[in-house]
Amino acid sequence: MTAQEIVAILKERFGPRIKAEKLDAIDPYVVIEPADLVEVCRFLRDDPRLQFDMLNCISGVDYCEPDPAKAAKAGFEPHLEVVYHLSSFVKRHRFVVKLILPRWKDNKPGQLPEVPSVASIWRAADWHERETYDLVGVWFTGHPDLRRILLADDWEGHPLRKDYVFPLEYHGIRGR
Amino acid sequence: MATTLERDDQQIIELDVRTDEMLVSMGPQHPSTHGVLRLVLRTDGEIVSEVTPHMGYLHRCAEKIGENVTPIQFIPYTDRMDYLAAMNMNLGYSLAVEKLCGMKIPEKAQVIRVLIAELNRIASHLVGMGAYGLDLGTFSPFLYAFREREMILDLFEEVCGARLTYSYITIGGVHDDLPDGWLERCSKFLDYFEPRIQEYHTLLTKNQIFIKRTAGIGILPKDLAINYGCTGPMLRGSLDRNKNDPPWDLRKIEPYCGYETYDFKAIIPPFTDDYYDDEHFGIKPRTPPEAVLGDCWHRFYVRMLEVVESIKIIRQAIDRYPKAQGAHRIEMPRHLPVGEAYVETECPRGQMGFWVVGRPSKDIVPLRVRARSSSFCNLSVISEICRNCLIGDVPAILGSVDIVMGEIDR
Repeated sequence: MTAQEIVAILKERFGPRIKAEKLDAIDPYVVIEPADLVEVCRFLRDDPRLQFDMLNCISGVDYCEPDPAKAAKAGFEPHLEVVYHLSSFVKRHRFVVKLILPRWKDNKPGQLPEVPSVASIWRAADWHERETYDLVGVWFTGHPDLRRILLADDWEGHPLRKDYVFPLEYHGIRGR
Repeated sequence: MATTLERDDQQIIELDVRTDEMLVSMGPQHPSTHGVLRLVLRTDGEIVSEVTPHMGYLHRCAEKIGENVTPIQFIPYTDRMDYLAAMNMNLGYSLAVEKLCGMKIPEKAQVIRVLIAELNRIASHLVGMGAYGLDLGTFSPFLYAFREREMILDLFEEVCGARLTYSYITIGGVHDDLPDGWLERCSKFLDYFEPRIQEYHTLLTKNQIFIKRTAGIGILPKDLAINYGCTGPMLRGSLDRNKNDPPWDLRKIEPYCGYETYDFKAIIPPFTDDYYDDEHFGIKPRTPPEAVLGDCWHRFYVRMLEVVESIKIIRQAIDRYPKAQGAHRIEMPRHLPVGEAYVETECPRGQMGFWVVGRPSKDIVPLRVRARSSSFCNLSVISEICRNCLIGDVPAILGSVDIVMGEIDR
């Protein structure tokens, strides 16, 4: 099934809740609100025409230019994106769902933005969400066990944030 | 229980004995965890009720490095992900950047890529097989496997100078053309290697002890595998041809590098007699009666059969190389375009995905590089398939997943 048809099915079901679509992208995607995520994902998995039974990847991107001299020319407003790459074992098609979030919840630095967890829909999301929380700093509400996965439990900060400051010392180990 | 216990009453004493739950930490320096992986096993006697993996000991945040270097500078870092199949890692990242830039790779470079990637798949599966034998307590297959792998490494050394971290496949093609006489040496190696596969079957696949340790152990149902995002031999070992499962091999279903023009098949169980339709299988290893679809034995055997398919592909690529048109490498653009591209390739351990995002400010350095690791997803299912197995079976199950920690921790 082509991306046009998938988007048409989604629009027929969700209407204006599909905030944006980009069909001419290399991997076509739709943008939805975080609050609709679980419902849309469950529809994507369960609809007999779509059957996205495999979650390939969850990635977070931090759109931010920490250097103030370059920020004007960066070409984007500071925000976070969480991207879900889906594929179907039965139908053999792929699709991408995107969320656009503020960098910090309520614009208070340190408050992680929140996204509902899809671990109840695809078990693969369990570790991917833990990794995204760990490295990018997105809080997945409703996740069964949201701990850091690659970094140490007492690590501070989220390294894939663009304004992350590298620690100079960790438990007596010098950073540089 | 009985407070007035007679000393001679054996039966009552046995009823009074209880087992306790115990936490056993396996790793991170355990030889059968294939690197620095720590498993915490909750055990009751010999039975494992829960397995919790802890990883990150090898974490280098390769994705952060990818945001700070140019795509070509990042190629050596991809080597260090799955260091047993570094060529396949190079290929995955190169394809992602090429897809983002919209580059069209000449035919000659494509043929070399297929040839090299399949050779690396053989080398990787050989280590997987040899190390699996080690996990289960047999040492000889390891030496047999490394004898042949050494020859592949020699071939790679001739091509690019390195034996483990190649950085050979690069953006726009491959770093150098193949040296003179290399193809002859490669086909000579294949002629030598092909009859040796029977030795592995004799040593492992048909070995009664090996079958007892692997058949019917760690059964992974298909639905669970898909739900957890398992791919590669891990998923294919659970599929069933008779139920019309698709041949879930990206080289077949989403061909890249011209794989659609090569004649090979995706390995899907069950391995009944009608499966072996070509001359590569002198002695047919029968599926042992104890083996169940999706168990350790099937995962292992899928890898062994993939080696044969890889040989077929390499032979075709060798025939094509002299006639292939174009250069071995083209230049990449000076800037990455705006946009994002996600590419998955079929690596020896499963589908390895790379996602590259270009900066809107037209920079050569990408905004984000994401590596979707196949071993990462394959390992996440371990707590499900190890439930209620024996402690002794944990290394057997973990070995059949064939993880590489460099890829999981990145």
